Amino acid sequence: MSEADPILKVRGLCKNFGALAVTQQVDLDLARGARLGLIGPNGAGKTTLVNLLTGMLSSDAGTIVVDGQNLEQAKPETRVRHGLVRTHQINTLLMESSARDNVAVAVAERENFAWRMLRFGRQWRACQTEAQHYLEEMGIGHVGDRRVSQMPYGEQRLLEIAIGLSLKPRILLLDEPAAGIPSTEAHVIHDALERLPRDIAILLIEHDMDLVFKFAKEIVVLVTGRVLTRDVPANISANAEVRSVYLGRSAV
Amino acid sequence: MTPITQNPPAAAVPAQSFKPSMLWHALPWALAIGIYFIADGYHGLGTNIMIWILFAVSLDLALGYGGIITLGHAAFFGAGAYCAGIFAIHVNNDPLLGLLVATLFAGLLGFITGMLILHTRGETLLMLTLAIAAILYEAANHARWLTGGDDGLSGIRVAPVLGLFRFDLWGKTAYLYTLSVLFVWFVIAFFVVRSPFGRSLDGIRQNAKRMRAIGTPVWWRLVAMYALSAAMAGTAGALMAQTTRIVGLSSLELLTSGVVAVMLVLGGERRLYGAFIGATIYVIVQDLAGAISPFIWMFVIGFLLIIIVLFFEGGLMGIIDDVVNRLKGRGRKDQRS
Repeated sequence: MSEADPILKVRGLCKNFGALAVTQQVDLDLARGARLGLIGPNGAGKTTLVNLLTGMLSSDAGTIVVDGQNLEQAKPETRVRHGLVRTHQINTLLMESSARDNVAVAVAERENFAWRMLRFGRQWRACQTEAQHYLEEMGIGHVGDRRVSQMPYGEQRLLEIAIGLSLKPRILLLDEPAAGIPSTEAHVIHDALERLPRDIAILLIEHDMDLVFKFAKEIVVLVTGRVLTRDVPANISANAEVRSVYLGRSAV
Repeated sequence: MTPITQNPPAAAVPAQSFKPSMLWHALPWALAIGIYFIADGYHGLGTNIMIWILFAVSLDLALGYGGIITLGHAAFFGAGAYCAGIFAIHVNNDPLLGLLVATLFAGLLGFITGMLILHTRGETLLMLTLAIAAILYEAANHARWLTGGDDGLSGIRVAPVLGLFRFDLWGKTAYLYTLSVLFVWFVIAFFVVRSPFGRSLDGIRQNAKRMRAIGTPVWWRLVAMYALSAAMAGTAGALMAQTTRIVGLSSLELLTSGVVAVMLVLGGERRLYGAFIGATIYVIVQDLAGAISPFIWMFVIGFLLIIIVLFFEGGLMGIIDDVVNRLKGRGRKDQRS
């Protein structure tokens, strides 16, 4: 494996829901430390693609190779252990637990502590200490003790990312991190994304065009389950085809 | 242990140090030992209460902490009871050995049935737990040669505990024996629910999708908790068999699963001590009101349950917590002013 090889290599990925082909022959490469944006109109199959990559859905055909290893048949938890981690478009958090414990259970899982039933005190505290570190990295260190259900929505979005980060991913799939955030406050999410470690390859799926164009070095456009094009942001906004299917309405 | 972060850790979360409030944990055990000395003639009742407490704590592990919706927990209670009884009659009548065998048997049963049914959730899971308990009930009913069918399994003789302490007529040995076993299981449960394992199950109960996304093998973890809970319920059943020396089909009944669920909800789920309060109140009300009329105790329990479920979310333990918090809150305010 040379450093130049992509960390994630997807070839010919297909998924049908009955007669509806939601993912058609998708090829996707992600270099180490990449910052790739994924855009497409509603129903283009963006979230389906994330579900296929993480194993929440099983694909009908294709390969998903992470660092030279084909994980197409692997269970979701195995993929996480190979560093393929996602966040959710809709907050998927432990609402009754504290923010810190939300991250700590992830750290415990990553470190294989989570099977331990006895003699746990020191390890659990180590997990919590590390969890606090990730919360601070996302700028929400001050709410560590707070129950998630009592946290403002924006902080919950950041907690989603903190959990993903705590799993030490090599590839992080961010499914609309700014979903539900007023565009005037999207900069908080943007700042948080900018702080993510450089060595993590990131695929950002987002409706907020400002955010994608600021963050991504390259953008993939997905239309009806197919990759329409992949290019640098400047060329994407200039691409006539992209404008007609997607950007035309808002005339970016 | 390998260092788990290369980055300098932020403010470390301090270790829990001793607090006076921790002494409350000694209260139920001090009470139980105190009652042993003063309550002559009530040792049988006390033993019965502790067996139900153990059973209710086992349900708390599966239902409360694991979020495994079950109405068939009597399957493991009854399996443990029959196993202990049959083992004592046909193999060896040492109580601790019998207890161990029954516990492992019920745990194994929980492990196997758990693997079969824990893919499902909600109503499907509820029906499957019911079905498994019903199958065991019918199996015990038909295997008369082994279980005595609806006459029950009798003729159980139990050797002295550790070869030293004979089970006496007044049930004093049975009381201390049951108390010791309950204590051991309680300590295990206490640590398990606070362990990373217990916390991951709490996470699964709250949001299985989240736990899958962080790489938790959800199904295996549920199976493990279910097996542990089943083993504990099996111990409770075995204690019942050993201390009453008879095992009836009622130990496998739907009603038994229902009763233990009522005890747990009455006392409060997910707090271990809730099972203590729920089972104690249930059995005492049954005993006191039952002496007057069998209808009265059911009425009292039913009425209590409705009030608790409608108005107090955390059961009786929840009420205690509220009172304590209010007292504490007031104390803090006083200090500030």
